[in-house]
Amino acid sequence: MKSIGSLLSEDQRESLKRNWHKFSTNPLSIVGLITVLTITFMAIFSPWIAPYPQSWGRWIDFSQASLPPSWKHPCGTDIYGRDILSRIMFGFRYDLLMAVCILAMVVPSGTFLGLVAGYYHGTWIDTVIMRITDIFLAIPSLVLALAICALLEPSLFNSMMAVSLLWWPWYSRLAYSLTSSIRNEYFVQAAELIGANPLYIMFREILPNCLSPIFTKMTLDVGWVILIGSTLSFVGLGAQEPMPALGNMVAVGSKYMPDYWWMTIFPALAIAFTILGFNLLGDGIRDLLAVEEI
Amino acid sequence: MNDPLPVQYVIWLMNALRGDLGESIVSKRPVSQDVLTFFPASFELVMFSTIISVPLAILIGALAGRRANSIFDNIVRVFSYVGIAVPTFVWAVLALFLFGYLWKVLPIMGQLSVGIRRPPVRTGMMSIDALLAGRWDAFVDHLKHMILPALCMSVGRIAQEARLLRAGIIENLKKDYIVAAISYGIPERRVMMTYLLKPSLIPMVSIMALDLASSMGGSFIIETIFNWPGFGRYGMWAMLNKDLNAVVASVMIVGIFFALFNILVDVIIAYLDPRIRVMERAS
Repeated sequence: MKSIGSLLSEDQRESLKRNWHKFSTNPLSIVGLITVLTITFMAIFSPWIAPYPQSWGRWIDFSQASLPPSWKHPCGTDIYGRDILSRIMFGFRYDLLMAVCILAMVVPSGTFLGLVAGYYHGTWIDTVIMRITDIFLAIPSLVLALAICALLEPSLFNSMMAVSLLWWPWYSRLAYSLTSSIRNEYFVQAAELIGANPLYIMFREILPNCLSPIFTKMTLDVGWVILIGSTLSFVGLGAQEPMPALGNMVAVGSKYMPDYWWMTIFPALAIAFTILGFNLLGDGIRDLLAVEEI
Repeated sequence: MNDPLPVQYVIWLMNALRGDLGESIVSKRPVSQDVLTFFPASFELVMFSTIISVPLAILIGALAGRRANSIFDNIVRVFSYVGIAVPTFVWAVLALFLFGYLWKVLPIMGQLSVGIRRPPVRTGMMSIDALLAGRWDAFVDHLKHMILPALCMSVGRIAQEARLLRAGIIENLKKDYIVAAISYGIPERRVMMTYLLKPSLIPMVSIMALDLASSMGGSFIIETIFNWPGFGRYGMWAMLNKDLNAVVASVMIVGIFFALFNILVDVIIAYLDPRIRVMERAS
């Protein structure tokens, strides 16, 4: 049996080792990495590792209702007797799912538009795309997300749609600024001289040089997307009860705030840790790839 | 209503330019009138949070940058990571818990305590109204009511702005003119105040427009939680009730303010950095 290490060439192993060393010298990045890995693990395996998997949905057990934190329920239970810790684990699932889906929709489309606009720098294509981008950037994202969500039926899917609709401009702007500087390099001019297809130049010559800033921005954005998503579900425009999204749990818990504090505080802490973890990891990756523009 | 969409849009735009934003479906009043009623309270709150956050951010950021990697700097670093990572509504809920339940020193709801008469409305900003009417008790009480919402709004801003200022100072400390000033033996305080702070403020100031605008956005959440009768609560309420005219108006007004703040920030940056002024004139 081959080990994973032997699949890579000597050079690749060497650079991997060097990068890891650079990454691991900053303790904050390691903290971020561990947090993100833990949260992802809990999100993926929540049905199996949650102590009370039935707490996911419409489960009622009034004998266990509104219990304070104890050994049996480390984060207490809510008014229906559902275990809060289990619900937080399932909540990670929805928040991460949301972040992944949104970025999967936003990054390719935003990058593509930015690439096209940057490649045709100075033409009408550039003007049209970038002015539309400016319109979207002119309104604070939270307000726009709230407005779009409010006009649709409140659900997890629609809130993802709303956030993606206003998130792509950041990527097109990033890709635009990168592309418009790269397109004057000699290798791009050479490709143009040979008569290469514009699509080929965009995707094979320019795009690979934009990838590391875009990748860094993606890692940094996971935290922001989760933040906006949880705010939306906090005001009741995201995932609906009984779906255990974290923002939603904070909102429901805050109705019983002073007396049953654990219903609010633990999900709130979970949100904070998630965002913090992704931000730290993103900063570590930014230092590693030496990206300065973001 | 039977016209095609672009025509409807032009009609709406013409009316909006005349200050007619349509009628609110829920309150049955013209939206522009609603906005005028509610906007000053929000503006007051956002400005108050700016007055709190900017000096604090400058102080924290400058000290952390000057003493990079000291204990204070590390505390500030942890604070700014946490401040950026924790959403506003979590701060608000925590503040409600701490001050509304454990430690009842600050009021958590509304603009005035029960039993204090409202000062007559002139500007809509209650602190100014109270001062104009000479009502000292209402002024102090109102300020107390503003502290918590404004603080919750500011935490993220302080964290982000302090971090940028710190980075700016560390970068500028390496510049030749600063090294020269220090080696001439100019007192540290003077180097800091006259030479170092001004250029280091630029990245911080340029993010401030964004922060002000996102405070406006944050006020939608904060005002709902703290029951602050302002524009954000109005907008939130309009959104939850699908009151289309009001939703469009509130989004538009936040957008307008975003643009205005951006212009203001460009002016401030031109003041801080003479090079930008010179370049503008040359081009």
